[in-house]
Amino acid sequence: MNDSATNPHITIALAGNPNAGKTTLFNSLTGLKQKVANYPGVTVERKEGPWKLNGVFANLIDLPGLYSLDATSLDEHIARDIITGAQAGTPKPDAIVAVVDATNLERNLYLVMQLFEFGVPVVIALTMIDVFEKEKHEIDVEMLATLLKTPVVTVNAKSGRGKTELEAKIKEVLGTKPTVPYVLEEIEEDGSHGKIFARYNFISSVVQESVWHSDHKQHRLSEKIDRILTHKFFGLVILVAVLLLVFQTIFSWASVPMDLLGMGFGSLAELVRTEMPPGILTDLLADGIIAGVGGVVVFLPQILLLFFFFSLLEDSGYMSRAAFLLDKLMSRVGLHGKAFLPLISSFACAIPGIMATRTIESRRDRFATIMIAPFMSCSARLPVYTLMIAAFFAGQTVFGFISLGAVLMLAMYALGIIVAIAAAFVLKRTLLKAPPPPFLMELPPYRLPNLRTVVQNMLTRAWLFLKRAGTVILAISIILWALMYFPDQAVGPDTAKDCRGYPTGYTLRQCMPSEHLKQSFAGQLGHAIEPVIQPLGFDWKIGVALIASFAAREVLVSTLSIIYNVGKDENEESETLIAAVRDAKTDDGKPVWTPLTALTLMVFFVLAMQCMSTIAVVRRETNSWRWPLFMTAYMTALAYVGAFITYQGGKLLGFG
Amino acid sequence: MKRKTEGAKKLTLTELPVGCDARVTNVSGTSRVSRRLMEMGVIPGVDVRVIKMAPFGDPIEVRVRGYSLAMRRSEADGVEVSL
Repeated sequence: MNDSATNPHITIALAGNPNAGKTTLFNSLTGLKQKVANYPGVTVERKEGPWKLNGVFANLIDLPGLYSLDATSLDEHIARDIITGAQAGTPKPDAIVAVVDATNLERNLYLVMQLFEFGVPVVIALTMIDVFEKEKHEIDVEMLATLLKTPVVTVNAKSGRGKTELEAKIKEVLGTKPTVPYVLEEIEEDGSHGKIFARYNFISSVVQESVWHSDHKQHRLSEKIDRILTHKFFGLVILVAVLLLVFQTIFSWASVPMDLLGMGFGSLAELVRTEMPPGILTDLLADGIIAGVGGVVVFLPQILLLFFFFSLLEDSGYMSRAAFLLDKLMSRVGLHGKAFLPLISSFACAIPGIMATRTIESRRDRFATIMIAPFMSCSARLPVYTLMIAAFFAGQTVFGFISLGAVLMLAMYALGIIVAIAAAFVLKRTLLKAPPPPFLMELPPYRLPNLRTVVQNMLTRAWLFLKRAGTVILAISIILWALMYFPDQAVGPDTAKDCRGYPTGYTLRQCMPSEHLKQSFAGQLGHAIEPVIQPLGFDWKIGVALIASFAAREVLVSTLSIIYNVGKDENEESETLIAAVRDAKTDDGKPVWTPLTALTLMVFFVLAMQCMSTIAVVRRETNSWRWPLFMTAYMTALAYVGAFITYQGGKLLGFG
Repeated sequence: MKRKTEGAKKLTLTELPVGCDARVTNVSGTSRVSRRLMEMGVIPGVDVRVIKMAPFGDPIEVRVRGYSLAMRRSEADGVEVSL
């Protein structure tokens, strides 16, 4: 966006309750040119964009959706700071557009009362007027404006109604000072909440004079829908069905574009190989950058779909019902009802799950949810589980008819959940200790989601994912590639025999990849950590794979392929890789892998924090390095202990 | 449990059966929770109705000032009502 086109002298803030139609109005006023970032120092999202006002562009700032400016939550604190001009990097707004939901006038006006008290000119944008009138209520907009002593404009973001008038009214109020329409000075803040009374008393009188309600007998549609959707029994059944449907669609629909993306990056790497002269630059580009970044970008379709469904569920009003249904269960562990969906979505991928925790207001609750989200077995663990099960547990059954593989798979998912619950329990009583947060949540009426908002929301998230996680992944990929590439030695006397047939000048890496890997920095690291991982039954080769898979879990499979010298392109279904893993022998001829080793590795992968993109996202969402580092440390420690118990316990019981 | 004043038992929102209309008489306490409750419009004199309970009996959903508000029993406990 061209900043010079924005008039730097005019800043307008958009304020309103959640669910008041603020986002739709913001999107409609700014179009596609909005910017999304975090406020400096905090993780509250900041959206702004140009609004064409009278031929010049004003900067429209979207305040976080809030009910009050009394600064109990972080969102409220920031909104207050912006309005008073105390927020660094954001000029004090010249005017505020207050978005007010006509169907929920009394509570929505409460925030407007507080805006008046801050002395910034306010124009009220009245939304949902069509819904209001459909319910046979009437509202006297002029009377409302007169009583509030501030302009009121009815808007409909979809049809564009009221946009011109809103612009005109903003122009009108710029530079004026609003009057607080009720006595405030005489009210003392003695803890008796006198101001709250004064505000609501005034609102009640305003509403009484300007709104005419039809008979209240008419049951609202939302209440009828809720009779089923939040029913004691059917509500839970439907919730499970909705989640199953969402995940089924994500897994089945996303696999096609994911495969296409994977193939696309594959052929791109191939193209680089054939078109560029062979050399270190080509290797870096093809094996490091394209393979590394491609490995993350393939998850984009899943993220897009997940956010599409989440936006849909959120905008329709269902998300808060899910929190309502499950709060009791979640609060047993010390988590908020709102933590449920982010956790469930982490089964696909922890990244969108962690991003979805933003709906949780309490910082400690949100952080606790973030800290346990990676225990949910994400899709990147599947290749590892599949390889281990195919190599060591295929064809076996439990009780004669249940496949052992399925039981193990289920056990891995269950282990993740149980450890997550235990971790949340401990975290909420130690590091993130806080009194149970109040659960005061509006259950907004069901509404048809605005498709444009949903798509825009999805694209914004996708872009953030690509941009931020992408930069870190790029850096890590290059480092990892370099560790496995260097030192790129010439063929030595002891390896010359195996490199016969290769033209002169070829290095060890080209003719004996596995020997090269052994001598590479990554290989040396593997040897260095061997004493540490020996109690888990792992040798240095598994060590290299473990180190590499700290960047991303699925890297384990490709690294094992390289290590066992069956070529980089083998995937987890490869018969040769399975066979190679099965047949791998130590120097003294004993098998490296036993079913117990495989089980131990799976347990390690359930618990360990092996995902650079997740670390990057946690760093961004918590705005510090402390939390992602803590998370990596405690999860790795748990993984080690878990794997240790599995291996040593298994050996004691006579397995392996 | 709820404090008693001169033998008269105060009825709280928690004790209200589903579907029951009542009027708020007092929001006790000066804590953040009671303040937030009042900011959300639950102040003495306002009419409330218990709409339903969540599957495990908690939280509860009430209708106040024309919208639905969900709260835990621990929060609803501080809201005194009269029928």
